[in-house]
Amino acid sequence: MSDDIKGKDKGLITRRKFLAGLTAGVAATGLAAGDAGAYAFEEFFRQHYKRLDADDLRDILAKLEEELSFKYGKKVRAKATPPMDNTVFGYALDLSRCIGCRRCIYACVKENNLSRDPQIHWIKVLEFQKGNNKWQGLEHSNRYYEPEQVPQKGRFYVPVQCQQCKKPPCVKVCPVQATWQEPDGIVVVDYNWCIGCRFCMAACPYGARNFNWGKPNIPNEEFNPEIHYLGNRPQYKGVVGKCTFCIQRSREGRYTACVEACPVGARKFGNLMDPNSEIRYILENMKVFRLKEEIDTNPKFFYFFSMGTGIKS
Amino acid sequence: MAIDAINGIVRTVVTGSKEYKAWIGFLSLLALVGIAFVFRQIDQGLIATNMRDDVSWGWYIANFTFLVGVAAAAVVLVIPYYIYDFKPIGEIVLIGEIMAVAAVSMCLMFIVLDMGSAERFWHLIPMIGIFNFPQSILTWDVVVLNMYLILNLSLVIYALSKTYAGKSYKTKLIMPFIFFSVPAAISIHTVTAFLYLGAPSRPFWNTAVLAPRFIASAFCSGPAFMLIIFQIIRKTTKLKIADEALHKVAEIVTWCMAVNLFLLGSEVFKEMYSATAHIEPFNYLWNGLRGHSQLVPWIWTALIVNSIAFLILIVPSIRKNFFMLNIACAFIFVGVYIEKGMGLIFPGFIPGTLGDIYDYMPNAMELWISLGVWAIGLLIFTVGAKICIAIKTGEIGHADPAAHH
Repeated sequence: MSDDIKGKDKGLITRRKFLAGLTAGVAATGLAAGDAGAYAFEEFFRQHYKRLDADDLRDILAKLEEELSFKYGKKVRAKATPPMDNTVFGYALDLSRCIGCRRCIYACVKENNLSRDPQIHWIKVLEFQKGNNKWQGLEHSNRYYEPEQVPQKGRFYVPVQCQQCKKPPCVKVCPVQATWQEPDGIVVVDYNWCIGCRFCMAACPYGARNFNWGKPNIPNEEFNPEIHYLGNRPQYKGVVGKCTFCIQRSREGRYTACVEACPVGARKFGNLMDPNSEIRYILENMKVFRLKEEIDTNPKFFYFFSMGTGIKS
Repeated sequence: MAIDAINGIVRTVVTGSKEYKAWIGFLSLLALVGIAFVFRQIDQGLIATNMRDDVSWGWYIANFTFLVGVAAAAVVLVIPYYIYDFKPIGEIVLIGEIMAVAAVSMCLMFIVLDMGSAERFWHLIPMIGIFNFPQSILTWDVVVLNMYLILNLSLVIYALSKTYAGKSYKTKLIMPFIFFSVPAAISIHTVTAFLYLGAPSRPFWNTAVLAPRFIASAFCSGPAFMLIIFQIIRKTTKLKIADEALHKVAEIVTWCMAVNLFLLGSEVFKEMYSATAHIEPFNYLWNGLRGHSQLVPWIWTALIVNSIAFLILIVPSIRKNFFMLNIACAFIFVGVYIEKGMGLIFPGFIPGTLGDIYDYMPNAMELWISLGVWAIGLLIFTVGAKICIAIKTGEIGHADPAAHH
């Protein structure tokens, strides 16, 4: 599918150049309010990510760096690192270790420049009662638990984020292909292409997609200046965002922010194609399961219990 | 000739009884209030609505869904008149098509209002943008709704321009389009139902009976509305509409409501007898779930008014009493509005995929904006119907008012 888009539209580059010329023309005649106006014009007519050639992308990233450095008062580095060869990312979460502390959520919010007000979380930690036989359907969860201390006696915790399905229902329903699966298995969103219809949110079985209902707000001092075009760059009002396995980190061989933040080592991440990776060890030696297997979305996000009965509480 | 026609049409639209002018004024005012609120929504974003991540579609999509149904009304007239040659409906079939045009226009307005980044609509245009066809059912809906709009608009304009000129239609020319409008009407409901029922993430929608039920209830709500409109039209204009025509439409509504209630029964049985974890949204709607029960009074109201309407309609002698018929029609309109709107869309999201219960109800802004859309839709219908009647009764143009077309 990704190749379809590229193959079909060889004529687009000329149109882009034409538009670029038009942009310059508008700016020169003073129709638009200087550079900002020209930038808005370019942004409005910007093509889908997969239709941008290397020159387009370089210009866009440079503009983005300039704009964001000015806005957040720090040097921003914008990348569009492509997927690595022979790499498909997978994730495993040890439910017997998770203590429900939500440090992963806060690390994710900071790393991914998620809006603080309105508040957006790409990770949700669900709390369940032990002994509740209905927990795997997720209906009997509580996301808004507030005890003095975690883990609380008689409770256990299931963090949920994008499951990076191999058969993602969200991708199928998007009317404009603003969301797609990359060769390394990560499902991404082009925040400049999404029209905000939210069909993907209706289709996602894991509540893993978040809409920017209002204008996102990120405090300058907490802004993460290392950004990826398909990942943690600031999103816009009226578009959908989601976990990208920290694409800005994982594509450079680093762990995701949630893996690094977990104080109990419950989160495991790696390359499913590498037979020596930790993730492969877990899949081959632990009893793993995935959420909502019955709808066959084929997630690359696995859950397991390393200690059988769970931690003492 | 063309100038004459335009003059005539403009004169028809701007002149009329006191009631007509008051009605137009009232609708325009509502439309303006709605538009004022739209500016607020554009400024703040959809956060100004009560929708949130847990219930990510709300009142706008509920209205959209209901109005796709209303747009079917035309076909309920087209089938008996053109296909079974039931003559008395001839006078009103165009009014039905104008209603379809108004209803689909409202659908498109509701969709645009619900888009977070509507200014990017060009991303949907094939070639320039990316039209994810046939993968995304939403693109199918874009195709069939626009096709249905253009089809009905063309048929109305063709018929009226011929009538205006005092000529008869070239039946051979339009019959293929008329026949095509029947599956086209079915397709807009089917595809709209498929938007929802194709999502295994939402057990409440994930039922094959959704599409047939859409069609059954659609063939109730649109015609019910029209039955009332036709009586107003024949009281206030020179257009003659025979009782027979109204009785025929009422009969169709009766049997469609029977099918609708039967399919509801099938759904109730399936959910309650199998009683899997997937019953939760159903329980939320009909009984309340874990202390949340705000939709319960609404859905029971819908069931009760639909059932009463069905009982009125099922007895021919009662159905033929216009007072009783009007009560039944009003009940059906309200009943299906609740059932196909909040009764279908909201519980699809409650509880959410992770088990959250967010008690969504639209806020005042959503209600005002929706009222504005309804006002614009009714303006399109009123003005369209007035022009149509003026041409058909020979007030403007060269129609022979005595002849059926």
